[in-house]
Amino acid sequence: MRSSSRYGLRAHHLAVFVSALFSVWACGVNEGGPEDPGEPTLSWTNPGSSAAPFPSGQGGRYGFGSPASVTDIAVWDIDISPNGAGLPSGGSTVTEGLKVYQKKCMACHGPTGTEGPFDVLAGRVPGDEFQFAEDRSLRSTVGSYWPFATTLFDYTRRAMPFDFPGSLSDEEVYGVVGAMLFLNDLLPEDAVVDSATVAEIIMPARDRFIPDDRTGGPIIR
Amino acid sequence: MRKDGKKIPDASEGDGEAPPNELRTVSRRALITGAAATAGSVMTVGAARGLGIEQSSLDPTRVPGERPVEVGSRSPFETPGKQLSGSAGGSSRTPHHELHGILTPADLHFERHHHGIPQIDPTQYRLLIHGMVDRPTLFTLDDLKRFPQVARLHFIECSGNGGAGSRTDANPRMSPQAMDGLLSTSEWSGVALATLFEEVGAHSDATWFLAEGSDAAVMSRSIPMEKAWDDAMIAYGQNGEAIRPEQGYPARLFLPGWEGNTSVKWVRRLELSDRPFMSREETSKYSDPILGGKARLFSFVMDAKSLITYPVYPDRLTSSGFVEISGYAWTGRGVIDRVEISTDGGGTWADAVLQEPVLPKCTTRFRYAWDWDGRPAHLMSRAIDETGYIQPTLEQITDVRGPGTRYHYNSIRGWRVNSNGSVEFQPPA
Repeated sequence: MRSSSRYGLRAHHLAVFVSALFSVWACGVNEGGPEDPGEPTLSWTNPGSSAAPFPSGQGGRYGFGSPASVTDIAVWDIDISPNGAGLPSGGSTVTEGLKVYQKKCMACHGPTGTEGPFDVLAGRVPGDEFQFAEDRSLRSTVGSYWPFATTLFDYTRRAMPFDFPGSLSDEEVYGVVGAMLFLNDLLPEDAVVDSATVAEIIMPARDRFIPDDRTGGPIIR
Repeated sequence: MRKDGKKIPDASEGDGEAPPNELRTVSRRALITGAAATAGSVMTVGAARGLGIEQSSLDPTRVPGERPVEVGSRSPFETPGKQLSGSAGGSSRTPHHELHGILTPADLHFERHHHGIPQIDPTQYRLLIHGMVDRPTLFTLDDLKRFPQVARLHFIECSGNGGAGSRTDANPRMSPQAMDGLLSTSEWSGVALATLFEEVGAHSDATWFLAEGSDAAVMSRSIPMEKAWDDAMIAYGQNGEAIRPEQGYPARLFLPGWEGNTSVKWVRRLELSDRPFMSREETSKYSDPILGGKARLFSFVMDAKSLITYPVYPDRLTSSGFVEISGYAWTGRGVIDRVEISTDGGGTWADAVLQEPVLPKCTTRFRYAWDWDGRPAHLMSRAIDETGYIQPTLEQITDVRGPGTRYHYNSIRGWRVNSNGSVEFQPPA
């Protein structure tokens, strides 16, 4: 009943992507892949893939789907990476952001970001300690828990405000992000907020995150 | 299997999401309506007494039966339901104690949304794959269905599942539904993600991809490419029918054995990259604080866990003697190797019988024949998976992760059977 014996091996996957399997980013996981690289991996077997892959024409492709243009991609490609890739041009200020915050965010997150009733956004821990495992009562705020400010831009733009998701302009998002950083004592009140600000700020919790070290087997981690 | 009433008091404790906190009241309307449908031709059992049947009950042999129906429904006498936690960002929980076998009926599959259930016209559905690929491509739903299909049985579990039972002050009046209802099992059908990534010419140096949904949260998670080459799929079928809207209609990412949040529903976009994107859900949420001022990132795999579904709160055993202890076990790391049962609070353990099929990354039904002597007992189950991992106690977990750790609540559950037959949640001492 070992899983590896129940499903066929797509040898060409391993051959082509063996490097990908072991070159994941440092936080990558081993759990999802084969426990032993010498064993066949648990893999789907598609019809005809064992001897000669079915799609023999068109460069081994089925030919389904249509090309996505640069314009198509731009409509949905909204993610922001930790290095700032994807951040739009323009910017705002903390002062302007606080006005947007009071109008569109405060009802859910409180006048200073600490009152709720929904997610508590603001608050630092003395010394920026990170005792969330020790103390269940600690709130994981932007200032105490979020590792990247780029995430703040990404999430606010795609999902907030809750009643009108995705309705903020890029300028408003820059402002609100600045307001949240100000409310966490990470920016002064007179700060300008643009792509450089968001990409370069070092969040207090930035180095608190480590790879998952659970691997199965007898040791509880 | 179930032997008593259906009113299920909920947990009063949270588990990472807003907990249900009110009684689920069972509507009798369906029952009454069902009875009324044939009330025009009531035939009673008649003069002959016996069989233990009430004289006023209908005699189905004296009434022409109902015609076939286009879409079937449950017996009006069966009223299973999910426990709800209200908001659009909320959840609903599967009634484990009312199910048999391992499959979850699609309408009883748990839900956990981050901004409600979107309504998507399948003719307007597109899946965009771009980034580190040779050919950025848009797939319609029909396109996806033309590829070779794969179908497998898998569990999916929210990594916040079980939080309410993983506290030293846990509420003893908590059913498996209230405690661990964010787990369900289905047959998932779709196309292997590896097939799609080959089709678009995924670059060999792509190591991560972003999966993004078309819900109001535009929920997104970063996934290592190795999962795509392993067993990930884009699923459009669930238990033989189209995926339900609550489960991601018309198509979702499905990552067997991984925390439910990563199986992004209503998936619209996959972007291949050489680094993770650090989305809100994978950093500020779904990361696990551990001792030493750290938090685990990308804790994808759901470790082995088991759950007794009978007898549990609010069951009441009516007599001593044979009691079949039953439940299910599952692991995100492969197959369940063994399930052990203790009836004495963990003092001694004995193997339960595993019911076939025993499938990888799927719930496995277990059974254990127990001869109850009528005295107080303390029932527990623990799963052992193919890696040799033994489902730990809460103390073992908090010793290494800390009392404030979050997610991956897979500690051993326990049920105290009182001498009057009542059953209450009581984790290992």
